[in-house]
Amino acid sequence: MDLNIGAAFEALIDWLKTNFEGFFEVAATAIGSTTEGLEDVLLLLPSWVMILLFTALAWWVASRGVALFTLVGMGLLDSYEFALFGTEIAVGMGYWEITMETLALILSSTLLSLLIGIPLGIWAAKSDTVDAIIRPVLDFMQTMPAFVYLIPAVVLFGLGTVPGVIATFIFATPPCVRLTNLGIRQVSEEAIEAAQSFGSTPTQMLFKVELPMALPTILAGINQTVLLALSMVVIAALIGSGGLGDPVVQGIQQLQIATGFEGGLAIVILAIFLDRVTQAIGERAGSTAQAA
Amino acid sequence: MAVIEVEGLWKIFGGDPERARERAREGVSKAEVKAETGSVIAVNDATFEVREQEIFVVMGLSGSGKSTLLRCINRLIEPTFGTVEVHGEDVTAYDDEQLRDIRRTKMSMVFQNFGLFPHRSVLGNVEYGLEVAGMSKSEREEKARRTLDLVGLEGYEESRPSELSGGMQQRVGLARALVNDPEILLMDEAFSALDPLIRDEMQNELLQLQEMWDPAATILFITHDLDEALKMGDRIAIMKDGELAQVGTPTEILTNPADEYVRSFVENVNRTKVLQARTVVRDPRDEEEARLRTDSPSVHPRAPLAEILPTVLKSDQPVAVRNGQGDLKGVVSRSALMEEVTRNAGVDLEEEAVEEAVTAQAS
Repeated sequence: MDLNIGAAFEALIDWLKTNFEGFFEVAATAIGSTTEGLEDVLLLLPSWVMILLFTALAWWVASRGVALFTLVGMGLLDSYEFALFGTEIAVGMGYWEITMETLALILSSTLLSLLIGIPLGIWAAKSDTVDAIIRPVLDFMQTMPAFVYLIPAVVLFGLGTVPGVIATFIFATPPCVRLTNLGIRQVSEEAIEAAQSFGSTPTQMLFKVELPMALPTILAGINQTVLLALSMVVIAALIGSGGLGDPVVQGIQQLQIATGFEGGLAIVILAIFLDRVTQAIGERAGSTAQAA
Repeated sequence: MAVIEVEGLWKIFGGDPERARERAREGVSKAEVKAETGSVIAVNDATFEVREQEIFVVMGLSGSGKSTLLRCINRLIEPTFGTVEVHGEDVTAYDDEQLRDIRRTKMSMVFQNFGLFPHRSVLGNVEYGLEVAGMSKSEREEKARRTLDLVGLEGYEESRPSELSGGMQQRVGLARALVNDPEILLMDEAFSALDPLIRDEMQNELLQLQEMWDPAATILFITHDLDEALKMGDRIAIMKDGELAQVGTPTEILTNPADEYVRSFVENVNRTKVLQARTVVRDPRDEEEARLRTDSPSVHPRAPLAEILPTVLKSDQPVAVRNGQGDLKGVVSRSALMEEVTRNAGVDLEEEAVEEAVTAQAS
């Protein structure tokens, strides 16, 4: 007998497609409309208003330096045309719309990661069996080349944004699960005992003691998830998810150095903004939940 | 009356508990039992009772099983065999709901390293027990503030535990345990992590609080420090390798050590410094009552014998013993005091005499 692993996996995907078509359709609709909704919201206001809002956010949660970076960096993503001494001048990369597309994709895949990753992390923290089962699955999700699970994602969800979100979700969820698990396991034994000794129910224990004390670690996991999601942008563009991956892919295919570089730079700007802001949120939580 | 009755309590970790208990009962040592069955015996057949409103101290070195024993009382650790009764009800048979109820209303605990919640303010920490019990925000806040005043932490309500010193953190731990007026207070090496001076201060304050409360709580106090045990304890249990070596009053333990282990602990103790006036007190006779009602010199029941010696020796008549509130607790007579002070001195003299004789012969 010829045992073909690849063929077996293909058969599994085919089987999933025929038997769970309804489920995948509902999932695709939910993910698709969430992403589109986020995109609409992000593009609702004129770009300069959004840039000022992002700058204000950076100033509020992080620092003046991050705010300044946001103002200049995001400004570069937009485009401006004006006349100076009779000369028409155009600056900026003009990527505002696709940047917001990418941001929407990242936000919706991160949302999905948190929705599934945090409960899974809590479960793994509570049960060593679950932990032992989840660990290799997470390793698999992180080390399997991302291109490979694009294929089944396309088969199950079709081309477009949705398989992009799914592929991003697979790649970006592991740190969220791992760090939620770690954060809860790190809560001091004495705090747990204290909460128990005052008659906490398991739910009270989770929400009043374990999750708040694990919050800084969980937020570090969310930061990682966001950054990993951003690193999937180019790959997602290959299956038609759009966004900032498009100019990079175009640059490679047509050997356009300029386009490729601009796309890459835009991703870096967005990455730094997201990293600094999510990190600052984590540090804030950390300073209030610092171990005594 | 007994508040807590512990009967034949065992805690055996891992291996084959049934067989481990059998072997331990046959007199096999803890180490051999572990080698044979893979079980670690943490508490070995403990039986004792804690009486209403007393401070019952369990003293033992680290690894003696005293903290495990304490945790078996409120079932933070499940006992393997035996029963724990509180007011005649078997706590070991409680389901989760009953267990939560008794933890919320009757028993609370103070931890060695405080066990505070770093993400909550001092007030939030103290409120915790009331909050999980479902008390309204305004009510629990008021109770928490009152309790914080009681332990001397007014003004620190909004601070984070990490901003406080160790002694203050343990005051928060104490307030958190006292806020629901527990009948039973379980204290697990509560003052061991503190500096000696702060520890002394906290001990005195706990004794003062115990005196002020009405009705006073019953306190089960765990420590590795003999001085602390003798100072705090109405009765003391000495624990060794999971077994209770002796249970008795400080005087009984000092005067009649049950075995070599207890003797080795207490032999270097200065009795006049650790024994307190309350150990030599007797009820006043009818003819003394009238005299004691008027202002006369008095001593505190917790004052060490060495400290009350001058007062009692100077007085021709028995001296009144009054607590901080001025309530008469009894009298100390000169003869009772001298008897206690000289009790072991005689023994020591004899031993020294023997030693001298031996050395004289040898030389």
